Parts: sequence; C-alpha cells; structure tokens
Amino acid sequence: MIVSVASGKGGTGKTTIAVNLVLALEGTMPVDFLDCDVEEPNAHLFLHPVLETSERVTLPVPVVDENKCSGCGTCAEVCAFHAILSLGGRAIAFPELCHGCGGCARFCPTGAISEVPREIGVVETGRAGDTGAIRFVQGRVNIGTALAPPVVKAVRSKAGPGDRVVIIDSPPGTSCPVVASVKGSDYCLLVTEPTPFGLNDLALAVDMVRELGVPFGVAINRAGLGDDKVAAYCRQEHIPVLLEIPFDRRYAASYARGGQLVRDFPELGDSLRGLWRQIRAAVGPLPEEGEMAR
Amino acid sequence: MKELLVISGKGGTGKTSIVGAFAVLAESKVLADSDVDAADLHLLLNPTVKTINEFRASKQAVLDPAKCAGQCSASAACAEVCRFGAISLSCGTGAGTNAGGSMSVSDTGGAAGAGFPHIDPVSCEGCGVCARACPHGAISMEDVVSGHWFVSDTAYGPMVHARLGVAQENSGKLVTQVRREARAIAERQGLEYVIIDGPPGIGCPVISSMSGVDLALIVTEPTVSGTHDMRRVVELAHYFGVRTAVCINKYDLDEASAEQIEEYCRSERIEVAGRIPFDEGVVGALVRGVPMVANADSCPVCVGDSVQASDSARPHGKAALATRELWRRVAVILKQSPSSQAYAREVSIRDR
Repeated sequence: MIVSVASGKGGTGKTTIAVNLVLALEGTMPVDFLDCDVEEPNAHLFLHPVLETSERVTLPVPVVDENKCSGCGTCAEVCAFHAILSLGGRAIAFPELCHGCGGCARFCPTGAISEVPREIGVVETGRAGDTGAIRFVQGRVNIGTALAPPVVKAVRSKAGPGDRVVIIDSPPGTSCPVVASVKGSDYCLLVTEPTPFGLNDLALAVDMVRELGVPFGVAINRAGLGDDKVAAYCRQEHIPVLLEIPFDRRYAASYARGGQLVRDFPELGDSLRGLWRQIRAAVGPLPEEGEMAR
Repeated sequence: MKELLVISGKGGTGKTSIVGAFAVLAESKVLADSDVDAADLHLLLNPTVKTINEFRASKQAVLDPAKCAGQCSASAACAEVCRFGAISLSCGTGAGTNAGGSMSVSDTGGAAGAGFPHIDPVSCEGCGVCARACPHGAISMEDVVSGHWFVSDTAYGPMVHARLGVAQENSGKLVTQVRREARAIAERQGLEYVIIDGPPGIGCPVISSMSGVDLALIVTEPTVSGTHDMRRVVELAHYFGVRTAVCINKYDLDEASAEQIEEYCRSERIEVAGRIPFDEGVVGALVRGVPMVANADSCPVCVGDSVQASDSARPHGKAALATRELWRRVAVILKQSPSSQAYAREVSIRDR
C-alpha cells in the first residue's frame, strides 16, 4: 500500500509528517520510506539512514558517428526537445536537453546515431529507524540537471512488494516531478498550513490529485498560526481533515535541529498512528495486495 | 537595469514575504513571480490583471480511432516505441511493459475499445516518436495549452506572473516567458530593477529563473534542511556563474544553526546580507494579504492605528525593520555588480 505525502507548496511540513509517520509505524508493520523530493532530499537529515547501495540513474542520450552521418537533418527534425541540431552537414547532440525518447536513433536513415547512458542522478537505498526496520530509499538529481521525473521514477521502482507500507515524501509543487511521485498511490496526504499561501497552494494540489484520481485527505500543520480559511475550504470541498498539528515553537526548534518529533513529543506519535488508521480505513481493502506496490 | 532573483532551495523559508516587502521598498521596479507551479506573490500584492496570455510549449499525442481501428492489436508500434510508458493497450496485455517505463501504468482509463491503444496525457512527454512510428498515421501531435501568463498592475508597480496548468510540464519555459516579459516592461518603462520571486528546488524552473541574473539572494532558515538546501542552491548558482548573497530568515529559531550558516558563507565568501528574526507579525500580514513592511500588527508604534495596505510608512515590526535593512544592503550589492549584457543569450540557451 502506497501513501504519498504532498503539499503543493514547500515548507509546509511535508517531510516532517512523512518522516514522523514512518517512525510512528516502525515496528508495527513492514515499512518503506521513499524520498522522492530528488531536487532537495531532506528526509535523511531526520531519519539518519545507513545507506547500503547507490545506483546511477541514467538516460539514454544520442552520440553521432560522423562517418555514417549524411547530414540529412532527420534527427533534428524528429527531436521535439531541440537536443540535436543539424548544422553544415553535421549532427550535433546536446545531451543536457535530451529526454531520452530515442527518436533520433530510431529514425536516422543511415544508422549514425547510437545511444549511451548519461548520468542524471543517483538512487540510494539503506535502512533507518531504531531497529533498522525501515527500508529507506532516496534519489538525488545531479546539480545542473533539469530532469527530475526519471530520478523520481527510479526511486518509485525501488518500493518493496505489496504487503509493505510505502510512505513517499513528494517534491513541492504540482508539475511533472510531483505527478511522477504521487501517481499510482493508494492515498495522498496533502499537508498545508493555515495561511493564504497554504490555501492557495492546497487548492492547486487538490486539482492535481483529483486529476490523477488518487483519494486524498488533508493535514494542517502549524494550526492556530494563521486563519481558519483552510478548514473552511476543506469543509466546502468535502475534503477530510485527518490531522492538525498545532503551531508550537518547541516543535519548530526540534525540527530545526533535525530532531525526531515523535521521540521528543510522544503525543505526536499517537496522533500520527491515528492518522494512519484513518488513511487505512479510507483506502479500504486492497484488491490484490501482492500487486499493488510497484 | 538590474535583475534580482530571490530564491531559497527549500520552500517555506519566507522568500515570497521578502519579495513582497521589496516590492514596497524598491522604488522603480517590475515584479516577476517565477514560481509558476505555486505562485503566491499575487496574494500579497493584489494585482489587477491587464492581459491574460495562453502558454503553449508542448505537444501531446492524440489518437484518431478511425484511422487506428485497432489494426495492430497486441503488438502496436506506438506502445512499443514509447519510452515514457504513456501508451497502453486496453485489451489488458500492454500496460507497464514499455521499455524505459520503470513505473507501472495502471490507469488505462478504459476509454478505448478492445485493441485500441490508450494514450495517457499525464505521462506523454510530447516527443512524437509514436506518431512517426504508427504505420496507419493514426496519431497526431497537437498543441497543448499548458498554462497562462498574466501582466498586471499592483499598487507597487507592474507585475508578471503565471499559472501552469495542473500536472503540466515545461515550467522552465513558462518561467523564461515570465522573465522575458518582465524585462521588456522594465526596458519600456525605464525601470531600475526586475525583482523575481523564484521557485523552490534546483530543477528546471530554478535554472530558468537563475540564468543571467545580477544577484541571487538566497533566503534560508536555520534548520538542518534549510542549511542543506541552501548549499545545493549555492552550488547551482556557482555552476551557472551567478553572484549570490544570503539572508537568514527566522535566525533566532536556532542561533547555533544560524552561526553555522554564517560560517559556511564566510568560507564560501558569500555575503550574509540580512538576518531577520522570527516574528508572528509576518504571518499576520500574510493573513491580511499585505506585505510585511506595511504591517502594523506586531508594531508598538502602530498599534491602535488603522493601516492602509499601501501605506509603506509604517513598518516598525522587528522582521519588517530587518527586511528594510536587508533591502538597503541588497541595493548596494546590486549597484556594485556589473550590468548583465549576456542575459538574452544565456536564456535562449537555457530555455529548459
């Protein structure tokens, strides 16, 4: 069963809730934690995983054999991403723009283009938690690389089999990297804060999860700090508010130091296990548990 | 004209609140919200939209069922060539088997009849390989409206902002469009600054926001994650040769962390241009939809007075005072930096 934690906006407490949820569940069921915020993976700062493996994530990009290239320009015409140009009878590839669709190589009439892997990031796996029972996976895009979704997909592909609970920490926003991380989840928890920024971005995130057809609910972090418009919006849209974490400077200070809130404040562990029971009830029985978590 | 990008690596550090304050404090400027995924600046500046423009930068594969007629059945060329797992066959054999698609594509949608390929618009990257590979010419590539961009007036000057459609890509190109328009307005009206509210992260929208700016002001907070993400965005700025300065927001939340950030900045020779204390008045201003320097909630001088949203003469809250100081310092740094002539060239190269 896969639960993604998303937010629309950054800084709402998505990582805090995802990390502490997995810590609250540790020992009660087999859990995986996937940090899909591959531009800014932060969960490791709180979970302190012992990393065991590291794999390169690559994308197939074109190389041109100049001896075979006739300069016909088909490759440049095929490429929707302007990653290959035909100039002065020569094809020139720009791997950093390439999405790896393979069109240039496939349609080159002289077979002058082959594909080589280009590293765009890494996926690391390890173990976290008191007993090492949490399987931990994170991805990281290389600096200067604009292609997060393939790295997100590589992280997603590391989720364990369907009898495990998979908690995904998603990137902020509502565009391609988030979609790659939330798509196919059994449930999405949207974390927000009770401010106009929080509300604005929550509404965008709600549009996204509705578009993806993923059931969802809301957690309000820093409750009491702003106004009550987020709660009113959820009522009006019939969105369940599953959890409210009050604003508390002690929580903020614990987070600042990289602390684990469920250890420092045990009452939060109870709240998060309560959150989990509500999500489990909302998802209902899974059709074929063995096939779900992929 | 100077371009200032306010950026953070991590979301929620207070970037937009600071840009909102700069909108009040800088005299001659155009504002650009390049966080096209989750634009928020309009919530502080209450823009009046003057023009709405469609943004079309990508294409999507569309199937013509009449030409397809399910002729390929289980071995459809389109599904075979798609590297993004966007095409599945609804007869139930094709889903998730495409090369390169490491995730399963389970949402076949059930729209097409038996044997017809189903194209998932969310997964389609618009590469067009399927259209070329289809032997029946049944797939065409069609323009998608992936968002809108707006030119607006605010009480503080012109503003360019955008909204990316839900689950759309090409946010980098939309950012480029927003910046291009903001720059054109600044040139036409002879404005001194382009102030850009940046997106979070270090991916394509950030890269598009950063290329060719005169200064990237990195807003960070003294938390382990704030520090971590600041380092990543500093690396990115250095990668693109962009000058950086740092502002530590909510610095008194954890002064030891704040000191570590300062130490890191010293070692990297990055100026710490400001330190802003944690101040609930900032949230108060946000809730009222006004920039914090126009906020009187936490201000002993202003309490009891009625405050106008546009009245920038009342900023006595502690965060507001520190932000004024920050702007003074940033303006000095911007004056020192050489003018960016290479902008247009770089942006055209870094379109995505």
